[in-house]
Amino acid sequence: MASILERVTDIVSEQLGVDKDKITPETSFVNDLGADSLDTVELVMELEEEFDVNIPDDAAEKIQTVGQAVDFIEKNGSSS
Amino acid sequence: MKRRVVITGLGCVTALGTGVEDVWKRILAGESGISEITMFDTSAFKVHFGGEVKSDVWTTEGYIDHRETKRVDRFTQFGLTASADAVKDSGLDFEKEDAYRCGAIIGSGIGGLNEIEEQERRLILKGPDRVSAFTIPKLMLNAAAGHISIRFGLRGPNYAVATACTSAANAMGDAFKSIQYDDADVMVTGGTEAALTPIGLSGFANMKALSTRNDAPAAASRPFDAGRDGFVLSEGAGILVFEELEHAKARGAKIYGEVLGYGSSADAGHITQPDAEGTGAARAMSAALRDAQVEPSAIDYINAHGTSTPLGDKAETTAVKRVFEDHAKVVNVSSTKSQLGHLLGASGGVEMIFSLLALRDQVCPPTINLDTPDPACDLNYTPNSPQEREVKCVMKNSFGFGGHNASLVAGAVR
Repeated sequence: MASILERVTDIVSEQLGVDKDKITPETSFVNDLGADSLDTVELVMELEEEFDVNIPDDAAEKIQTVGQAVDFIEKNGSSS
Repeated sequence: MKRRVVITGLGCVTALGTGVEDVWKRILAGESGISEITMFDTSAFKVHFGGEVKSDVWTTEGYIDHRETKRVDRFTQFGLTASADAVKDSGLDFEKEDAYRCGAIIGSGIGGLNEIEEQERRLILKGPDRVSAFTIPKLMLNAAAGHISIRFGLRGPNYAVATACTSAANAMGDAFKSIQYDDADVMVTGGTEAALTPIGLSGFANMKALSTRNDAPAAASRPFDAGRDGFVLSEGAGILVFEELEHAKARGAKIYGEVLGYGSSADAGHITQPDAEGTGAARAMSAALRDAQVEPSAIDYINAHGTSTPLGDKAETTAVKRVFEDHAKVVNVSSTKSQLGHLLGASGGVEMIFSLLALRDQVCPPTINLDTPDPACDLNYTPNSPQEREVKCVMKNSFGFGGHNASLVAGAVR
């Protein structure tokens, strides 16, 4: 089964239209991929859906990179 | 003094294809774009066919990148691709233009119906927290106008027009006036629509507005024929570049024709049924002629609204007779909805393109499927084959639910 990083990378790639090989844990959604506020909301929603996890608004604001998303999911996600 | 307005670029997305020249050849050849709907399962629907823009004739590839495609509804995708073709055709480089002198007025009858339906499903199945953040900016009817202004950096007049099936005609009328009255030099205008969806299809079908000729889709749109039984729901876009005459001449632009006049009116009668006497429709036509300062007898070709509904075609025929009197028997009339079906708020844009090509090529496109003329529809509808003739002046009619009527008159640049 794909790792959390791989699954997050897939979602980011699909959502923001970027090649997967350009996405690393350090990649910032806003600074590197040009995400706007709507993209960010949508991305969080996709992550919640994929990992069956609730990401509250205050936590979502702190998730600015791929690695931070993976960390949050590892700490808060269900086993799926 | 009013400034003169010419048309320098054309672009379309239709069930018959996307390149204007290719679609025009097919229209003249009498091909139908109407077929079984494949986008969703229609087995439970009264109607199984339409003018669907299938992926073998249109994709967003080369026009809209993956990310933007996800952020815009299908009607905006049509509008963006048709605009890109129209702008390319015009030869304009907007980077060299004063952005505040260039604008976009785009009609749509319904807006982002696909998005409304998709998000409604998410709301019901997954709850309010799963409704996309893009829902509103995708579904809003002005999304196409906004995205087209963004794409080309147009900072002049920019808005959407929503008058059901008259939307594109009213949009073009406004664009014409914007240039005439010196608010802009270039306007991207026309209409776009993508309402061939489960709600669109069932809603129109349950009004009994649609043809139910499920056994012969290509024969279903038969304007002015005695056997007509409703319109065929289609999708797509028709976008044109309007430009001030001297501005176009100065850059040596190819000119398809000049917009000479525009008239609009309301039936103020019933929300969906046309006035049987065609009074409001006649008023729009005569107002357009007056605005153009041309006599009715100067019109060589009328691209009719002609949706293939029993009431509408008859009312339009009555209206044409009222305005054109004896000339009504002489003028060539046709409805290219016979080939493409009804693109609703985009129909006027696509059909204005054909009206201009009739002017350019001196040929009137046919009304196909006109086998048994309805005695109440007794004009020269250019049945089944195109007619070559001198075409110096054309009229485009559009009428819509709500009782909106609009007519445009165009001619060769004098």
